[in-house]
Amino acid sequence: MTELAYRDPEPKILHGAKGDWEIVIGMEVHAQVRSNAKLFSGASTGFGAEPNTHVSLIDAAMPGMLPVINEFCVEQAVRTGLGLKAQINLFSQFDRKNYFYPDLPQGYQISQLYHPIVGEGEVLVDMEPGVARRVRIERIHLEQDAGKSIHDMDPENSYVDLNRTGVALMEIVSRPDIRGPEEAAEYVRKLRQILRYLGTCDGNMQEGSLRADVNVSVCQPGAYEKYRESGDFSHLGTRCEIKNMNSMRFIQQAIDYEARRQIAIIEDGGSVDQETRLYDPNKGETRSMRSKEEAHDYRYFPDPDLLPLTFEQAWVDGIAATLPELPDEKKARFVLDFGVTEYDAGVLTADTVNAAFFEEVAQGRDGKQAANWVINELFGRLNKEGMAVSASPVSAAQLGAIIDLIAAGDISGKIAKDLFEIVWAEGGDPRAIVEDRGMKQVTDTGAIEAAVVDVIAANPDKAEQAKAKPSMAGWFVGQVMKATGGKANPQAVNALVREKLGIE
Amino acid sequence: MAIDRDTARKVAHLARIRVDEAGLDALAAELSGILGFVEELDELDVTGVEPMTSVTPMALKRRADVVTEGENAARILANAPDAREGFFAVPKVVE
Repeated sequence: MTELAYRDPEPKILHGAKGDWEIVIGMEVHAQVRSNAKLFSGASTGFGAEPNTHVSLIDAAMPGMLPVINEFCVEQAVRTGLGLKAQINLFSQFDRKNYFYPDLPQGYQISQLYHPIVGEGEVLVDMEPGVARRVRIERIHLEQDAGKSIHDMDPENSYVDLNRTGVALMEIVSRPDIRGPEEAAEYVRKLRQILRYLGTCDGNMQEGSLRADVNVSVCQPGAYEKYRESGDFSHLGTRCEIKNMNSMRFIQQAIDYEARRQIAIIEDGGSVDQETRLYDPNKGETRSMRSKEEAHDYRYFPDPDLLPLTFEQAWVDGIAATLPELPDEKKARFVLDFGVTEYDAGVLTADTVNAAFFEEVAQGRDGKQAANWVINELFGRLNKEGMAVSASPVSAAQLGAIIDLIAAGDISGKIAKDLFEIVWAEGGDPRAIVEDRGMKQVTDTGAIEAAVVDVIAANPDKAEQAKAKPSMAGWFVGQVMKATGGKANPQAVNALVREKLGIE
Repeated sequence: MAIDRDTARKVAHLARIRVDEAGLDALAAELSGILGFVEELDELDVTGVEPMTSVTPMALKRRADVVTEGENAARILANAPDAREGFFAVPKVVE
């Protein structure tokens, strides 16, 4: 596998009233497993259905119902672990996390506290070309999602919809290796990208398929390095957990606010209380959740309804064999094979559809030119129109043909853009369009020469001036291009204008 | 392990079981008795013994990823004390 070399980014420094501070962030990302049915029942996972329609008697926790695990959800968790280069545990177990809430009919969530299905892995978080943070993953466990409570439909009551109850989630827990708000957002972005490549989570943050709990603490410069050397958390500050974030922008704002809040407390001689907080995007601040202390007494114990989850290494190897090329590898390959910049490779590999499109265009052509056309002309235009690459009116084959016409000298770069517009609006084979509409570049020196002579003859004053002021040649080039409908080869025109005007 | 009055009160609250102050001592004594009974197992030396999850050699049962249930909201809501517009209606809970 090809890999690019990276150095670590600098940690974000916040300037307090009394000195400098650094931020330490760990994240728990809840990613909804992409599956047809729920983790322990045969009800649908489909989003946006009428309330309480995607609910089985198991999800509703009717007495006597027993959970039976969906083997595809297990496979998806293993695939995710492999994609994060993580340890896969052939033995894992389910535990009950007990708490009361109306959208949790069982009175407990089935989760994996003591023996998670996936152990230590890592995510490479790209910050800028050549700079990336290696964030360690501590574990991934499988668990059930809760239902949805709606509080604003009625003044007296909360309404509960159990459609989401029991849908499989992967909780992906990082080590506290993230060192700033931007890194935190990039971490989520990268994780989302990997999950989408793997096909294990659709990553739709609006629909809540990806939510993050963010643990934030602050420390003085140097303290974090001591923690990394010793593994001793006492070098770090007391952390607060900001719950349930589903927007990259809010994650950054919440961390920034929370770090400054903690710094102000400490510099004022106080101490930070370890607690769970919520971010209010309207006010731009975090506030303490009013949960009572005992609400966090989850009384975990092994779920007696479920035997341990065990599988063979050979099954894991079989999944590993079907893993797609992942973003880091694809990006490195684009840089090395196609000669595109790391930045462009990042844009091209943001999505598998984008990457496949580029690869088809670049195959057998100049990679840099292909990247330029795909990113600037096509993606730029699609973006402007709010269209997805999959809906592009210009196919990879058509764009490739346009690039071939430029490479063969049949059309200039300027005509190519006109051609792109025609293909975008009307479709068709670019080669045929160039032939049929007479767009071919005039490389016949005789024809160009005639046009040059005509323009000079029509403008004797300017021709005289140009002899003293060679930059005037540009005006003549423009006139000749205009006279030839833009089809003359610009280099040829330039050379001939200078020759005929007698400019060196 | 003995359960005192305060622990009994806390456990009852966590389980959302209403217990009168007058009943707490009796509950604490009963819970202590149960724990004491189970604690007898501690007398056995189980060093090196693998925890057993079943007396028969069974593997966890699995299901295929196929939708086989649901699409019956009326049945799900049938026992609800209060249901409106397809939702369970419960006393307002806001964090």
